[in-house]
Amino acid sequence: MNEKLLEVRDLKTHFFTPDGVVKAVDGVSFILNKKEVLGIVGETGSGKSVTALSILNLIPQPFGRIVGGRIMFDGVDIAGLGQKQIQKYRGNRISMVFQDPAASLNPVYTVGNQIMESIMIHQKIDKRSARKKAMRLLDMVGIPEPQRRLNSYPHQFSGGMRQRVMIAMALANSPSILIADEPTTALDVTIQAQILELMVDVMNKTGSSIILITHDLGVVAKYADKVMVMYGGKPVEFSDIDKIFYEPLHPYTNGLMGSIARLDSKKKDRLTTIDGSPPSLIDLPPGCIFYPRCKYRMEGCARSYPRFKEVKPGHHVACHRHAEFLKEEADG
Amino acid sequence: MYERVYKLQNAISGEPGNKYSRSSLYKDAWRRLTRNRLAIIGLSIIAALIFISLFSPFLATHDPTLRVKEDSLKPPGSQYWFGTDILGRDIYSRVIYGSRISMLVGIVAVGISLLIGLGMGAVAGYFGGFSDALIMRIADIFFAFPYILGAIAIMAVLGPGIVNIFVAIGILGWAHFARLFRSSILSIKNKEYIEAARALGASNFRIIIKHIFPNSFAPIIVFGTMNVGTAIIVEAALSFLGLGVQPPAPAWGQMLSESMRYINTAPWMMFFPGMAIVFTVLGFVLFGDGLRDAFDPRMK
Amino acid sequence: MLYYILRRILQMVPVIIGVTLILFMLIYMIPEDPASLILQKGATEQALANLRAKMGIDRPLHIQYLRYMGNLVRGDLGTSYRYRRPVSSILADYYPNSIRLALAAIIIEIFVGIITGIIAAVKRYSFWDTLVTVSTTLAVCVPVFWLGMIFQNIFGLRLGWLPISGMGDGSLRYYIMPAFTLASVSLAYVARITRSSMLETMSNDYITTAFAKGLSPGMVIGKHALKNAMIPVVTLVGLNLGTLMGGAVLTETVFNWPGVGRAIYHAILERDTPVVIGGTLVLVMIFLILNLIIDIVYAYLDPRIRFDRRESRV
Repeated sequence: MNEKLLEVRDLKTHFFTPDGVVKAVDGVSFILNKKEVLGIVGETGSGKSVTALSILNLIPQPFGRIVGGRIMFDGVDIAGLGQKQIQKYRGNRISMVFQDPAASLNPVYTVGNQIMESIMIHQKIDKRSARKKAMRLLDMVGIPEPQRRLNSYPHQFSGGMRQRVMIAMALANSPSILIADEPTTALDVTIQAQILELMVDVMNKTGSSIILITHDLGVVAKYADKVMVMYGGKPVEFSDIDKIFYEPLHPYTNGLMGSIARLDSKKKDRLTTIDGSPPSLIDLPPGCIFYPRCKYRMEGCARSYPRFKEVKPGHHVACHRHAEFLKEEADG
Repeated sequence: MYERVYKLQNAISGEPGNKYSRSSLYKDAWRRLTRNRLAIIGLSIIAALIFISLFSPFLATHDPTLRVKEDSLKPPGSQYWFGTDILGRDIYSRVIYGSRISMLVGIVAVGISLLIGLGMGAVAGYFGGFSDALIMRIADIFFAFPYILGAIAIMAVLGPGIVNIFVAIGILGWAHFARLFRSSILSIKNKEYIEAARALGASNFRIIIKHIFPNSFAPIIVFGTMNVGTAIIVEAALSFLGLGVQPPAPAWGQMLSESMRYINTAPWMMFFPGMAIVFTVLGFVLFGDGLRDAFDPRMK
Repeated sequence: MLYYILRRILQMVPVIIGVTLILFMLIYMIPEDPASLILQKGATEQALANLRAKMGIDRPLHIQYLRYMGNLVRGDLGTSYRYRRPVSSILADYYPNSIRLALAAIIIEIFVGIITGIIAAVKRYSFWDTLVTVSTTLAVCVPVFWLGMIFQNIFGLRLGWLPISGMGDGSLRYYIMPAFTLASVSLAYVARITRSSMLETMSNDYITTAFAKGLSPGMVIGKHALKNAMIPVVTLVGLNLGTLMGGAVLTETVFNWPGVGRAIYHAILERDTPVVIGGTLVLVMIFLILNLIIDIVYAYLDPRIRFDRRESRV
């Protein structure tokens, strides 16, 4: 069951802008196993989307570049692949669903055209069978009258339906990994659950893994097996869902947990917030990136950045004081 | 994708997105303008031209209309820097004096277009309804009308002369300004602060002058600047066709028209006035481009 | 669709009426007497009056105008004062030359403009991008007639590659210089708008989607970006047609091209009213019809546009 599918190690993606180097992703590491749902959580600008784009090397040009780290998939470091080779992975072995389905579909081509395109660039089949397949995909993602809808343009669909189309497109070649970058943020609350259920459902059937990027901890709690928390382009904690929620070791994760309303909460805690705002990623000071907002900071925290390391089996964290928190936890 | 980087940077640096107040818009625009090298080059060209046209008598080496028979068609040299034309007039001095005509036509004609355009646009945009439909249909007619032919026709009726050039170019150019001003009025007419002004009993005229105009200033000033360049080219074209400023006054277009027969024997006759036009227009285009980028960095 | 086209054609009517009205009023203001243009000097006052009555130009403006419009509906554009020939036959002599030249210019404008614009956008920040940006900025500053003269000097006289002026036998060689001259300004605008439109399109999420599907950069640009990026380009080409036809007067003058722009220009100088009005009217109608075609191309490019709802572009 715990078969390693994707291993990201010390990934660094930087943007070389005229105003300076933005370290959008700096030293991210995680492991994704088969049939697993990994949640990546963080605020806007925490680097979670860039992490997702880095996996398929879709970083915005000409400023962005992967400057370090490895992305092992199927025994190959796909971070080091050239344009031609990485194309064979994109949309085929690993596919993506983006945040805003209204903007992610090309407005001037029919939905059928766009799905068939996905199929035909990776599979050697003729147009007629591609069309049949596209129809089955639309049917699978729950779009009524798929035959007719193939000829519709994106603007003729509702937001939720467009995201279903995106999912159908992503599933066209039965990928091993589906990366969903805030797939429900742009949708109505009522539709959000349907879309997530659909994704998890389909992936369960095909036995693939999902990387679910979101800032919604409720969604993570419900669907993810593992969670990576990111802050300011760096990973701060990575572990099983239960550990993240009930035994967080990083003050930031702790703060996040405090800022969501939990129905199962027995204690009558007040909802807490984290003071301050996320840092600018240009010209970072040397110390811990969370230092200015941390409730538990000590003097040493401003001097060096804590290494992101495994402190307990399956539990990674980047905090100078993790040992104390661990002890506290053990003491109850 | 660049948009993404831009958004990303904004998100990361925590800058506010588009929530600029008006004064900071202009302050920001000014900062970006002074940082833009091309805009500064454009501004320098314009400043130089204003200087040249104001101080032509001091800069010229000869009387621009003086004919020296024995010096006909002299190539550029130490006595005549840009050479002489068929009548033995000094081309350098004529180019220097020609700047006066071009600058004057460019600025006055665009001023006329601007006034008519803003008036028409204000009526159309603010009052809407029938006046809007009527004015915009008239604007359509002006759009459909071949510009140069229209200018030629008006000049043919009015007769040549610099004042008539102002009128011809001024009248033909209003439609763009009207359309621009109308659409910016439409986009801000129903904003809260206009409603508020109206609720406080401000008159229509007052609302347009005090509230709407400053807010639609940016696109109009950008278009106006670029339009000065266009007006200068049209003036040159009219003078080239013999409908503009009459000899012996030294207009660049007319000098080019005279040079047509000497393309082979005296190419300097066409070279220098042509370069003068190109540089003048370039000045306004670069500055206009710079202004546009300064007001709206995303358009670049 | 058909309904839309019909409605658009009906919308042209007021524009045509307006254009003729403006022309009529302008020419009415010319103090010269057309009758004295036709008859030689020293014609008797009686003869002049007779001719005026025969031409109908002794009537008030509105009667003249209505009579003209009445004839126009029947396809009669009147008779030239100078050449004593029907205006339509004069225009038939000149229009084909102008249209051929304009077509050559449009082809140059579209192909060269779009290709250079795409190259500049795709190779952003490269030498090519800078070259395109600099040369297009310069091109809009150069008066077309001067550019024509420079071409004549370089390619006609110095290098002797191309004929300096005229149509000659009408072979392609004669078209090259005038067509490039005529196209120059529009070409620069097309290249610039293609570049900025491509850059903007490339920043859209659906381009990331296309890359994420595994498409090659060539396919992403050629299929997903190009069609979207062409939408503003098509608008510009439509709006440029007016500039193109206006610029024809100058280009035709410099290159001695027997076209309609030059014919109208001479007619204006010679006070040959029917030729001026008829020629301009046909120009305006061509402009309007081309714009209608552009709008239809537009709808093909952008499926979000529906004919039943749209008023007009802009």
